[in-house]
Amino acid sequence: MSMGPMGAMRGGAQPLGRSKDLRGTTRRLLARLHPERFKLALALVLGVTSVGFMVSGPQILGSATNVLFNGIIGKRLAPGTTKAQAIRQLREHGESQIAAMVSGMHLTPGVGVNIDELGRVLGLCALVYLAGAAFNYLQGFTMAGLTQRVMSNLRRDVEEKLSRLPLRYFDSHSHGDVLSRVTNDIDNLTTTIQQGLSQLITSFLTIAGVMGMMFWISPLLAVVSVVTIPLALVVTYFIAKRSQVQFGRQWERTGTLNGLVEETHTGHELVQVFGRSEATVAEFREQNTQLYEASFRAQFLSGIIQPSMQFIANINYVVIAVLGGYRVASGLLSLGAVTAFIQYSRQFTMPITQIASQMNLLQSGVASAERVFEFLDAEEESPNEDRDSPVALKASAAGQVTLENVCFRYEADEPLIEDFSLDVAAGDTVAIVGPTGAGKTTIVNLLVRFYEIDAGHILLGGVDYAELTRDEVRRAYAMVLQDTWMFAGSIGDNIRYGRPEASDDEVLEAAKAAHVDGFVRTLSDGYATLIDQDATNLSSGQKQLLTIARAFLANRSVLILDEATSNVDTRTEVLIQEAMASLRKGRTSFVIAHRLSTIRDANVIVVMDQGRIVEQGSHEVLMAKRGLYFDLYNSQFAGVAT
Amino acid sequence: MLTRLLRTYLRPYRRPITILVVLLVAQTVGNLYLPNLNADIINNGVITGNLHYILDTGFDMIAITVLVGACAVIAIYYASRVAMGVGAEIREALFTRVQLFSARDMNRFGTASLITRNTNDVQQIQLFLQMALTMMVIAPIMCVGGIILAIHEGAQLSTLLLVAVPVMTVFIGIVMVKVIPQFRSMQTKIDRINEVLREQITGVRVIRAFVRSHSEADRFAVANEDLTSTALRVNRVFALMLPTMMMILNLSSVAVLWFGGRLVSEGSMPIGNLTAFLTYILQILLSVMMAVMVAILLPRAAASAERVQEVLLTVPEVSNPPHPVRPLSQSGAVTFDSVSFEYPGSERPVVEELSFTFEPGETSAIIGGTGSGKTTLLNLIPRFFDASSGRVLVNGVDVRDQDQETLWVSLGIVPQAAYLFSGTVASNLRFGRPDASDEELWRALEIAQAKDFVAAMPGALEAPIDQGGTNVSGGQRQRLSIARALVKRPSVYLFDDCFSALDASTDARLRLALKEGTTNASVVIVAQRVSTVMHAERIIVLDDGRIVGSGTHRELVQRCAPYREIVVSQLGEGAAK
Repeated sequence: MSMGPMGAMRGGAQPLGRSKDLRGTTRRLLARLHPERFKLALALVLGVTSVGFMVSGPQILGSATNVLFNGIIGKRLAPGTTKAQAIRQLREHGESQIAAMVSGMHLTPGVGVNIDELGRVLGLCALVYLAGAAFNYLQGFTMAGLTQRVMSNLRRDVEEKLSRLPLRYFDSHSHGDVLSRVTNDIDNLTTTIQQGLSQLITSFLTIAGVMGMMFWISPLLAVVSVVTIPLALVVTYFIAKRSQVQFGRQWERTGTLNGLVEETHTGHELVQVFGRSEATVAEFREQNTQLYEASFRAQFLSGIIQPSMQFIANINYVVIAVLGGYRVASGLLSLGAVTAFIQYSRQFTMPITQIASQMNLLQSGVASAERVFEFLDAEEESPNEDRDSPVALKASAAGQVTLENVCFRYEADEPLIEDFSLDVAAGDTVAIVGPTGAGKTTIVNLLVRFYEIDAGHILLGGVDYAELTRDEVRRAYAMVLQDTWMFAGSIGDNIRYGRPEASDDEVLEAAKAAHVDGFVRTLSDGYATLIDQDATNLSSGQKQLLTIARAFLANRSVLILDEATSNVDTRTEVLIQEAMASLRKGRTSFVIAHRLSTIRDANVIVVMDQGRIVEQGSHEVLMAKRGLYFDLYNSQFAGVAT
Repeated sequence: MLTRLLRTYLRPYRRPITILVVLLVAQTVGNLYLPNLNADIINNGVITGNLHYILDTGFDMIAITVLVGACAVIAIYYASRVAMGVGAEIREALFTRVQLFSARDMNRFGTASLITRNTNDVQQIQLFLQMALTMMVIAPIMCVGGIILAIHEGAQLSTLLLVAVPVMTVFIGIVMVKVIPQFRSMQTKIDRINEVLREQITGVRVIRAFVRSHSEADRFAVANEDLTSTALRVNRVFALMLPTMMMILNLSSVAVLWFGGRLVSEGSMPIGNLTAFLTYILQILLSVMMAVMVAILLPRAAASAERVQEVLLTVPEVSNPPHPVRPLSQSGAVTFDSVSFEYPGSERPVVEELSFTFEPGETSAIIGGTGSGKTTLLNLIPRFFDASSGRVLVNGVDVRDQDQETLWVSLGIVPQAAYLFSGTVASNLRFGRPDASDEELWRALEIAQAKDFVAAMPGALEAPIDQGGTNVSGGQRQRLSIARALVKRPSVYLFDDCFSALDASTDARLRLALKEGTTNASVVIVAQRVSTVMHAERIIVLDDGRIVGSGTHRELVQRCAPYREIVVSQLGEGAAK
């Protein structure tokens, strides 16, 4: 039957993962089904009912065969005699074999097939099959609703978790890994539960039902068949285990090969100019051959499961046909029972191959579940609910930021910021400078409370951060980050990101101020132009401008500009600096930039090196010091002197 | 497209395929013959009480079963060999073809799309082939054979097939036509959810800074609700599939017994034939199911084949000349002779009428805003693109007349986005010259200001590098990428704005060392930062694809207004005096 190999292949098509704690994860997975336990029980009842109907079908069909057979044999006997007389007559004619068979049959000599009875039996049979199908459908229907609700809730939980995780989590885990947990693993788990659960239940119920019927009809034949079942299970298990190893190898090699393809295509021009085409092709060929070998073995092994099952089923069939024929001939069994039996034995292999393929699927599903649960268990940020009576920040003092003896470390044993104090009056500009990797973003992380300080105080408008919620703190800031992140949506919506309720005029005003308006007008849909996921349809300079417009519109009292203009082209930069100047007007700003012009105008310059603050003061003060700032400043002019 | 692709790639496998088909035919005939023997057991053995006959026929059945099993296993062997072999060959063909692609060919397809074509699309074709090679052969034989034998067993009864087979086909067809588009729309909704989640992860700083977590949660809730309701609908329709198919099968059996029973009672059909007929009708319907299920894979495989063919049939835009000219010297001179470049169909050229020469031993710089054509200019030298008019000469010979390999030997490129390959620091540095000694590598690292951090890495030269170089910082990546070009020792260096991730002092030290390390070569630096280019012997100022100034820093500050403007904006008023 076609289900076997398809199921096995689907099972193999999932990247296989091994779970570390099978039992624990399974228990948690079951716990998630708990709210749906009544539906699950209902589905189970429906499943049992359906299987009950389905397995009694062949038995009824068998009795229809008996009605026919009785008629045929009965017609051969002399009419008017009783059954006992007919048997005696047969024995006298030396047909003891047939006599024995007739003795086991319910027939009236001389009377042919009872068509009315045949009709009654077959009518019942059709009803039973219809009922079985109906209950089977209802079971599937119930299960679909149940699994979808469970998965929907799991997705919701994962999403809520995302918003409760501290920034530290995102910085210490690769985005790819987090993304893969919340997308691929969830998808994989959904597939498993959707297909696996329902089929597994039906498969086990069918095996139980069929086995019960077989024993009821003929214990002897049943025992013969029951011997072949463990055989089928063992064969399936052995082959499946081996093919699983090969599937694992296949996925591993697919991964390696995809890596090579990705790498070579991404660095295409380098490969060409550095004369590496031939060497790369040779490497590809070698890895491709390895993949071919592994995938051949995987396909072959999983492919022979089905013929092996077929083989065992056929042997079973032959044994039943021969043994059954023998027993019918000896009058110990009816022909209908044998035909019913043959049908049952044919129904047997399907659930077994299905269980085998579901096991593969289930295993990778549990591994995914484990990764999802691991994610859900990650440590969360301290709860920070919006309070009923928010602390009122005085508008006049809103831009005032004070840092008092602030200490902070990413790692407990690596001191970073120790005892740092800084008083920034409303409207001041603070420049943060330092070589690459000096940790300038650490200050930003603390100011907007992406990370919590270990000791000291940060005050906003005279109010301690400790008395404010994170959201209240953040509502005071607008940021232009180095990473020009845009979300998939229109340009207008992206500009509005910090203030969704802004009117079109306000958007236009901000866009003009950030010199975005010019290029947006050249786009076919203007402000309604959609930005795709990675904003690939905008240049890096244009993205930077958009983030500036976004900050403009957000209209917050404190501004953070993180290397904001390093990617903007030289001509627009002149315009941006004007815009920045007007944006900074009346606002407190923290600027992280390589630009000398911004640094010189700053009220305070904070110089950082290797994650720590090394100098602090105005341009003149720091130049006079002849320290790190002096070096940094002068290196910009290196080579000009000649 | 699929048939064309498969015809090409299946040709070498004619023999295994022939064997495969023979085996599958034998297997199917054997499977069809078994019920026939069973009928004989009933008709000639059971009814007449001939136990010997029952046993003899039983042995025949066992023998056939063993043969059928052997055929099936060998057939699977060949099917897997052929399907996976064809897959591997298509992959290799794709990969080698892409190696010949020019930059514009790459852009047209997109790297991501080329990767999917080599992986997912080939996998689709492979899967289809594996199924087709077994089931597509078995199903028709079983169906036709089953019908012939069914007619043989009971000609009158086989009219039932005229009802059962179309009912089954139509039903599966309807479900598929209804469900497949829904599955596709479900996939779009999964993609949507993943997109929202992806944004929440990559944009976490912006979302939190602008206090938008709540609205992001709302967006997710909408997407989640949308997916759940679609998935529910799809799965509920799909739940109908199996029960209905089983119902059609079972009701067919009931019908066979009803109509067959009347024939048997009239004496026009032996009862053993009836049981055989029951088995045949089941087999026929199962083969119909099988065929339909393989047919579902067909559209996807066909779409994949089309995408694969598209790549295989692409003629690379830039190709080697039939009679390449070898340059007489490898001096490193690069000359642009009134070169213009425009994309086909675009209104304006990207660069226009460029004429200049980069002399060996000189450092030249190109400065200009985004979109001024700097990178395009650079890309014309290694023939990533070909000029629309005018000539680009390297070592005195038009690049279009040179063998590409020869041309590339003389060039060392450091692209804007530094890209490293998985391996070690050493394997990356030796990328252009596999036989370079360790001393040469260290020398290059020293010039590129990368010696210190490489020495500090665990394993130094043998330190592992991840794909793309993601395990080192952006600045380190750029310096390694510069060292890689230095190890190659080309006669022309092309630095495409690759100093941007370096801080000013490292930038300055690097430029000084570079000057000493590349004495006889011509060095071309493209940059946006004035401090990077101001020391060059010659600076070319590009604006809107045209040269608006050319000379030393001093000269340009005096004469060239756009240059002055840049200097003032970056270094302040004082630097422009």
